[in-house]
Amino acid sequence: MKESVLFERVILGSTEEAKDIILQLVNLSAYFCESRIVKNINLAIEKNKVTSIMGPSGCGKTTLIRCINRMHEMSPGGTTKGEILLYGKDINNMNAIEVRKKIGMVFQRPNPFPTMTIYENVIAGFILNGIRLPKNIMDEIVEDSLSKAALWDEVKHNLGKRGIYLSGGQQQRLCIARALAMKPDVLLLDEPTSALDPKATAKIEELIVQLKESVTILIVTHNIAQAARVSDNTAFLYLGELVEYEPTKKLFTIPRDKRTEEYLTGKYG
Amino acid sequence: MSDVLIKKRILKDHLAKLIILAISIIVVVPLVLILGYLIINGLASINLDFITNIPKPVGETGGGILNAILGSGIIILTALILFVPLGIGGGIYVSEFSDTLLSRILRLSIDVLQGTPSIVIGIFTWVICVVPMGRFSALSGSLALGVMVLPIVLKSTEETLKLIPMELREAATALGVPYYRVVLKVVVPAGLKGIASGVLLGTTRISGETAPLLFTAFGNPYMSFNILKPMSSLPLVIYVYATSPYDEWHKLAWGASLILILLVFGINMAARIFFSRRDGR
Repeated sequence: MKESVLFERVILGSTEEAKDIILQLVNLSAYFCESRIVKNINLAIEKNKVTSIMGPSGCGKTTLIRCINRMHEMSPGGTTKGEILLYGKDINNMNAIEVRKKIGMVFQRPNPFPTMTIYENVIAGFILNGIRLPKNIMDEIVEDSLSKAALWDEVKHNLGKRGIYLSGGQQQRLCIARALAMKPDVLLLDEPTSALDPKATAKIEELIVQLKESVTILIVTHNIAQAARVSDNTAFLYLGELVEYEPTKKLFTIPRDKRTEEYLTGKYG
Repeated sequence: MSDVLIKKRILKDHLAKLIILAISIIVVVPLVLILGYLIINGLASINLDFITNIPKPVGETGGGILNAILGSGIIILTALILFVPLGIGGGIYVSEFSDTLLSRILRLSIDVLQGTPSIVIGIFTWVICVVPMGRFSALSGSLALGVMVLPIVLKSTEETLKLIPMELREAATALGVPYYRVVLKVVVPAGLKGIASGVLLGTTRISGETAPLLFTAFGNPYMSFNILKPMSSLPLVIYVYATSPYDEWHKLAWGASLILILLVFGINMAARIFFSRRDGR
């Protein structure tokens, strides 16, 4: 059964060729106590692509991606049903801590650790886990992660300064660097630009497109234009249901579902 | 809007400011009076001898309160060492697991403990510590003061940690950090300032307590560093000297009161400077 779902999703869209699937959601439902927020979702995420999850407020986008690194179960009353397969292995059978090392996350509002310097923030994943690394390796990770997050040139002379003294956009890129430092396979971005100004947003979007070479990106957004700009594939979520999942170009030009079309044309959202 | 109406509003605004100003001044007046009175009466008896000598027998002039200053320091420090970790630990538990039965019981107990009169805590400590040991001791005084500082530290820890934003915990959790490390390495450090100010508040609170020490540390006219024996302390000295019939001792009591206030003031100022430096990095 699993195979058939995979097959169905893989051949979705116009191309018939087999795609490289890293993450697969199978009949995934998420609950807060009794109420079902995410309903029976089947979704296959392609490796080294940017996939956006788009939909109006309250449609379950954030809850959906919080299931993928098992943060949803941390919320009071949060439970899930169904499978989330990372390279074919169900993450619900893996250690949650392992899952979160493989699947990094960046949140809506920049949240660098206030007591840490920029340097420490980048390697926070190691520091907080009590992993001690030689200085030169740490330096390497910090420079590499900050460079990937397009922040290195701006902060390389101020690594000892506290992370919270950076601007909002820089803080968010610091948070991206912090997630990248753990060398995740998948990076979840939960509306990463909704608290930022247009200039900082443009910078982050540019970064997202660059990053897909090294990491698979899943981005939640309620900004239609953003989904169109950055993503290869787009999933449209409405009232907890997956309405449509297509290559972005196709979904934006010839949406199959009436609800998608209405959302894209600004009827609601 | 008409000019008259705007003028009326401005007038009301001024009036409100005046009222607030008046209230603020009324609040500050008692403090200023106490400080002023202490300085006028106490300053005369403070000199180098006063803070470097121990008391002299009745009838002789001079003498100091060095034993009481050091005694206070030792008793308070011991109380803090024994009870601050308990308070912080309890505060972490109550804020992290606030819905458990144990948390509810703990919270209620702490509220009751905070409202317990200090003399009762003194007698209680006398019963469970002084009587079995067979003598008064500085340690029993520390226990009594520790029981008083515990609720203050616990509550301020709980209140502080509850204010740490959820986003920080999530940030750490999403990096694959186990829960206990999230609490110890992220939540507690972020709340360190609040926790420390709770400890300081507790310290200044207990440094003036007399009642719990009457039946426990008891007082000692000589220098003593043995926490298993009776020890002097500033509030005890003030109490004994102020209620004595000798003029000479009354002066010492004024001096000791001023020293106590200055110490409390000093601790507060030092903490403020320390924290503002840490922040300004």
